[in-house]
Amino acid sequence: MSLASPAEVADALKAEGYLPDVRIAQVVFLADRLEKPILVEGPAGVGKTELAKSLAAIHRRRLIRLQCYEGLDEAKALYEWNYRKQLLRLQADQGREWSELESDIFTEEFLLTRPLLEAIRSLEPVVLLIDEVDRVEVETEALLLEVLSDFQVSIPELGTIHAASRPLVVLTSNNTRELSEALKRRCLFLHIGYPTLEREREILLTRVPDLSEAIADQVARLVRSIRAFPLRKPPSVSESIDWARTLLALGLDEIDADVAAETLHVVLKYQPDIDKVAEDLTEGRLEA
Amino acid sequence: MSVTGLLTGFIEELRAVGIPVSMVEAIDAASALKHVDLSDRAQVKATLGATLVKHARHADAFETAFEIFFGLRTPSPELEERREAADRAVIQSTGAGSGGDFDADALIRALFAALRDEDRPLLMAVVRHAVRHLSGMEPGRPVGGAYYLYRILRELNLEELEAQLLEMSRGEQALTALEERLLREELSTRLEEFREELRSEIRRRLVADRGPRAVARTLRRPLLEDVDLTTATRQELAEIERIIHPLTRKLAIRLAQRRRRGRVGRLDVRRTIRTALSTGGVPVDPRFRKPRPGKPEIVVLADISGSMSTFARFTLQVVYSMAAEFSRVRAFAFIDAIDEVTGFFGPGTEFGEALGRISTEARVVWLDGHSDYGNALGRFADDYPEVITPRSTVIIAGDARNNYHDANVPALRRTAAAARALFWINPEQRRYWDTGDSVIGSYEPVCDGVFEVRNLRQLASFVERIAIPVTRPVRRIA
Repeated sequence: MSLASPAEVADALKAEGYLPDVRIAQVVFLADRLEKPILVEGPAGVGKTELAKSLAAIHRRRLIRLQCYEGLDEAKALYEWNYRKQLLRLQADQGREWSELESDIFTEEFLLTRPLLEAIRSLEPVVLLIDEVDRVEVETEALLLEVLSDFQVSIPELGTIHAASRPLVVLTSNNTRELSEALKRRCLFLHIGYPTLEREREILLTRVPDLSEAIADQVARLVRSIRAFPLRKPPSVSESIDWARTLLALGLDEIDADVAAETLHVVLKYQPDIDKVAEDLTEGRLEA
Repeated sequence: MSVTGLLTGFIEELRAVGIPVSMVEAIDAASALKHVDLSDRAQVKATLGATLVKHARHADAFETAFEIFFGLRTPSPELEERREAADRAVIQSTGAGSGGDFDADALIRALFAALRDEDRPLLMAVVRHAVRHLSGMEPGRPVGGAYYLYRILRELNLEELEAQLLEMSRGEQALTALEERLLREELSTRLEEFREELRSEIRRRLVADRGPRAVARTLRRPLLEDVDLTTATRQELAEIERIIHPLTRKLAIRLAQRRRRGRVGRLDVRRTIRTALSTGGVPVDPRFRKPRPGKPEIVVLADISGSMSTFARFTLQVVYSMAAEFSRVRAFAFIDAIDEVTGFFGPGTEFGEALGRISTEARVVWLDGHSDYGNALGRFADDYPEVITPRSTVIIAGDARNNYHDANVPALRRTAAAARALFWINPEQRRYWDTGDSVIGSYEPVCDGVFEVRNLRQLASFVERIAIPVTRPVRRIA
C-alpha cells in the first residue's frame, strides 16, 4: 500500500493507534518515497519501537526485528553457515571429490539467515526494525552500512545478494553514544522528544480507552510538570500511560497531591527522583 | 529566490554555524523536496530537518536558520496596510481603546483577553501590532532583534499580566497547592508562546529589511559544543550537561579502539631465545612483552573560585565520565587552599549534588576566598606528596589569575618533576593570558603543555589527547 501524502500517512498511523505529529508523518512519508532508512532517536519510552510496529501494520508488512546488544556480530545479525549440517553432509558423502563437495555444502541449504539477510531476501516487502543500534560496537555498525545504502549483502561463498524487495528500515537509538557519521548520512534523522501537552493528552485517550478526558488532562499536565524537575530519568510517554492506567484501575476520578505522591512510583523509577518530587508535591512548595 | 537558491543559501548558513552538512545530504534534501508540498512550511521544515541535521543538539541552530531562510515573507505595502487595519479591528472588537488608536494599556487588555480565551487570531493581531508600534524598529540597523523584543516587553509588563491572569483563573474557589502549581505552569507556557511569536515576527521584519543572509549572520549562535563555558547562560549549561554523556561515550570508544590496535610491546629477549632453542637457535618466532596497561592515572586540580566554578565543573564531569579510560582518578579543589574531593564522586552520586557539597564542605578557603595559586600549589606539593607518582598525569584547570600573590613556581616544579606529565588547561582566551594578574606565563615552562580550553569540543579533544599517554615516560630533572 502506498500512501499519497503525509496527511494520509498520519491518518493511517492514527488508525493503528499511533498518534504522529507533523514531523513524524513527514519523515515516514519521505522514507517511503526516497527508499531511505529512518534513524529515530530520543529518550526511552517515547514510542520509537512502537512507530516501527505501527509502520508494519499500516503497510501490512511483516516486521523483522534485530535487537542490538553489545557483542552482536555478523553471525547473529547477518548469516551463519550451518556447520553441523555441513559436517553431516561431508560424513554422508565420504569418498567424493573435494571440489564436488565444496560446491555442495556452500549452498543456500546450509545457510542460516539472520534478521538482516532475512529482510533482504524476503520476497514480499518487510519492515526491518534495528532496535537500539547505539548498543552495538562501532565495528558492527559498519556491517549495517552495506545493507542500509545498497540493500545488499555480500557472502564470499555465494556472491552478493540483492534485495528482492526494498525493506522499509527503521533504526532506533537512545543516544547513549553518538553513532558514526557514515551511518547517520545514510538515514533520515528523526528526533522524537516528549510530546506537547495536547498530543500527550490525545495519546493517553487513545491508549487508555476508558480514561476520562479530565484525568487525561491532569495526567498530561502533571507529567509535564514533573519533567521540569532535574531528574535522573524523567517520565516518558509509556510511563504516563502506565500512570493513567493505574489511576483508572484504582477507580479515581481526580488526582490530588496525595494520590499523585502515592502513585509516583509508576512514573518514576529511581528512589531519589521519587523522593524529590513527592516532597515537592505534598509540601506544596511553589516554584517562584 | 528559487528553491534551489534558497536551499544552497540555507545549507551554507548551516555550515557557517558549524553543522556538518555533507554533499550527499544536500542532494538528499533537494530530491526530498520534490515530494513535498512547497506551500506547506511544516512539511518543508520536517523534510530539511530529517535530511540535513543529524544531531538532536543542533536542532535549535537549525530552527533559527530555518525561520530566517524560509520565514513567511512580509506582504506588499497595500496588503500590509489592509492587514494593519484588520488587526486594529480585531483588537478593537475586544473593547480596548477607541478611534482606531490605542496605547499600551489598551493593548495589554487585548493581550489579556487573548491569553485568557486562548484566542489565537487576536493574539497574532496583538503580536503584529506590538511589533509595528512598540518596537521602534529602524530599517537598516544591524541588530539581532533582542533589543526590539526588550523594548516591547518593557511596555507590556508581562509579569503583572501573569499575576492578573492567575488571580482571575483562581476565581473564588481556593485552589490546592497542586492545582495552583499546574495553573501557574500553564500560564507561563502561554506567555512564553507569546514571546516566541513576538520573536519570530521581529525576525520576519528584519529579514524583509535586510535579507536572510545578513540577519542570519547577526543571529548566529555557537553550537552547544562551541559555547564558551565561562560565559554560558544557565540554559546553555543545562543543555551542555545533557550532551556530555553521549559525547564522552563516543570518545571512550575511539580510545579503546586505538588502544587495542595500539603498540606491540618491546621484544622479550629471554623468551625469544628460549623458544628459539626448539628451532635450533634460529629465532623464528620472536616473542614480545605484553604492553603495559596504557591507562594513565589522572590527578585533577581544579580552581573552584567563583569565576572558575563552571569550568571546574565541566572539567571534572568530562574526566569522571571517562573514568573507565583511566586507571585511577583523583580530584582536588582549590581557591586559596587545597583539599581532596575525590570522595565526593562515589559511584551513583549525582554530579550536581557532589559539586554543591564540595563548595560547602571542602576546605578550600584559607584567607580571603580569592584564588591564590601560589599557596594552593604549595600546599598541594607539601601536604599530598604521595599522590603524585611517575604514573600520574596532572591536569590543572584554572585561569591562573593569581590576585597578585606570589606564583610559587618552585612548588609546581616539584609536582611536575614527580609526575609523568603535567598539563594546564585555561578557559581564558589566549590573548588575555599574562594580562593583569594572570601568571600563566610563569607556569608555562614547567608544564608539558598549556592549552586554551574554552568549550566542550576543546575539552573533549584535550582529554582524548592525554588519555593515550606517550610511550616512554618523560624524564625530568627536578
